Amino acid sequence: MPSPGLLALALLDGTTSGLLLALTVVGFSFSFGILRIVNVAHGEFFMLGAVLAWAVVTATGSFPLALVLAPAAVMALAVAVDRLVLRPLRYAAQPTVVATLGVLYVLQQLTLLLYGPEARGVAAPFGATVEFPWFGYSGYKLAVAGLSAALLAGLGVLLRRTDLGLMMRATRQDPEMAVALGVPVERVYTTAFALGAGMAAVAGVLVVPVQQAHYLMGLDVLLLSFVVVILGGLGSLGGTVAASLLVGWMDSLVSLFFTPTLARVFTILVVALVLVVRRGGPWAERAE
Amino acid sequence: MGRASGMRSGKHRVWGLHLGVLGGLGVLQFVLPPYHLGVVTRILLFSTYALAYNLLLGYTGLLSLGHALYFAAGMYGAGLPVYYLGLEAPQAFPVGVLGSAVMAALVGIPALRTTGLRFSIVTLLFGQTGYLLTLYFNRITWADQGLSLPLQVPPVLRYHLALLLFGVSLLGSLWIVRSPFGRVLVGLREHEERTHLLGYDPFLYRWVAHVLSGALCGAAGAAYALLFAYVGNAFASVLYSVYPLLWVLVGGAGTALGPLLGVALVTYAVEVASGLTHAYLVVVGAALICLIRVFPQGILGSLRKRGGRWLP
Repeated sequence: MPSPGLLALALLDGTTSGLLLALTVVGFSFSFGILRIVNVAHGEFFMLGAVLAWAVVTATGSFPLALVLAPAAVMALAVAVDRLVLRPLRYAAQPTVVATLGVLYVLQQLTLLLYGPEARGVAAPFGATVEFPWFGYSGYKLAVAGLSAALLAGLGVLLRRTDLGLMMRATRQDPEMAVALGVPVERVYTTAFALGAGMAAVAGVLVVPVQQAHYLMGLDVLLLSFVVVILGGLGSLGGTVAASLLVGWMDSLVSLFFTPTLARVFTILVVALVLVVRRGGPWAERAE
Repeated sequence: MGRASGMRSGKHRVWGLHLGVLGGLGVLQFVLPPYHLGVVTRILLFSTYALAYNLLLGYTGLLSLGHALYFAAGMYGAGLPVYYLGLEAPQAFPVGVLGSAVMAALVGIPALRTTGLRFSIVTLLFGQTGYLLTLYFNRITWADQGLSLPLQVPPVLRYHLALLLFGVSLLGSLWIVRSPFGRVLVGLREHEERTHLLGYDPFLYRWVAHVLSGALCGAAGAAYALLFAYVGNAFASVLYSVYPLLWVLVGGAGTALGPLLGVALVTYAVEVASGLTHAYLVVVGAALICLIRVFPQGILGSLRKRGGRWLP
């Protein structure tokens, strides 16, 4: 049995990675719930955030600048993808799977051409350690957790308290009705898509000092995105956060007892069983 | 009367088209240089895999993201006995098929309690579990290094066997989807409640379709292992669950020849592009985006909509 200190460390680490995961996948959940498409290329926005962060930090030496520039560039890219790929397909479910798979290949391989196959990291902007009774914890990781939580909370306020949020929620519930009531649905789609891509890019920037930037890192995110979105519910912010935290905790707690591979098998099977047992729900009938 | 004869001539056209395609593939072996013979052999095996996938996606309306599990089950089911027990290839093939059928039967029981997107995710998770298990048991499977089997199949025989497997699968799946059983599957795809009300148990029909699809995937995987004398866990990865989806969507879901067309196009796109640049997937990605903008229902699906209604 692991000591209480180790358990607390695992919980804290799980919380940090869970919040970061929520920030990464909330855009996937938005495209799923609001645009009703499976954006296979979502992980690439995360990857681009990380790679661009490396580029900006290497060029200018400023991490805060990377935190602004990289997400902005990724959001511009997301708008272009929406205009050039998704909108001409009228957001139809199956064609967009193929098309976003094409986007995935293009982005991933262009990164390989321009950035190369190496994994590269940057130094954390500050290296303080925060002392807890049983262990010290990286101050940077705590800041990551805090910033992720703040951004997610901001997103929650946007959804609940602003006109844009109201339109997004209306579109999610019933796009035809929303059009009938004068909601500019296409503009809502573009905004939601770009906003989600930007969030993923922020997560990508934040992760570079902890885990290096690599052109394939978007693929790992994809699998987790599916898990989180289905557990948490389509386009639901609260559900996404709860499911991400669950995945984060499970992953770090189970790794205390098993080897990493077996831990993953265990997590995945538990999630699969939850999905099978908890049938119905608001999205079962909306599928396809 | 006009309609009946129209249907009959449609039926002739359908069988004529398919036998013609198979005949054309048979002639190809005399025309193709050895390298391309190998490529087309691979295309035929992957087309069998895609046919199996299409049975579920195109006709039953279930989008699985875990079919690499069954392809790999066939592959390991046939390959491991050959490697460790010294089984002969003709006996190993049915072992692989049986292995994947059992796997599909077991996974189907929990997974088919869900439909739609949840089914996709649950199968994705099962597929990923299978992949991780091949890593976990890497002392037996040699994971990504793979195993080279002590088999040697001459290229022309390899082509014949692959064509035989594909031909039987194509005609067999055509026969299945045109049978009353296949009609029930299409009914489930189009309108589950109505089909249920007519007295057909959705779970049972889907389960049988799932097992058939899994077994056929396993046949493709087992044939791949035995003909190319290689077993590796790359074929269990999520990429090989996404490929059949891609192939079928490009060629046209719910069309009989779509899988073959999709595999052939994607394979040759990769062949051509990899000659141009080492980051060839950029070209493939861009080609996919353009293709799907022109043919949103896949090539044959869109052609059928534009006037070839008789296409199966």
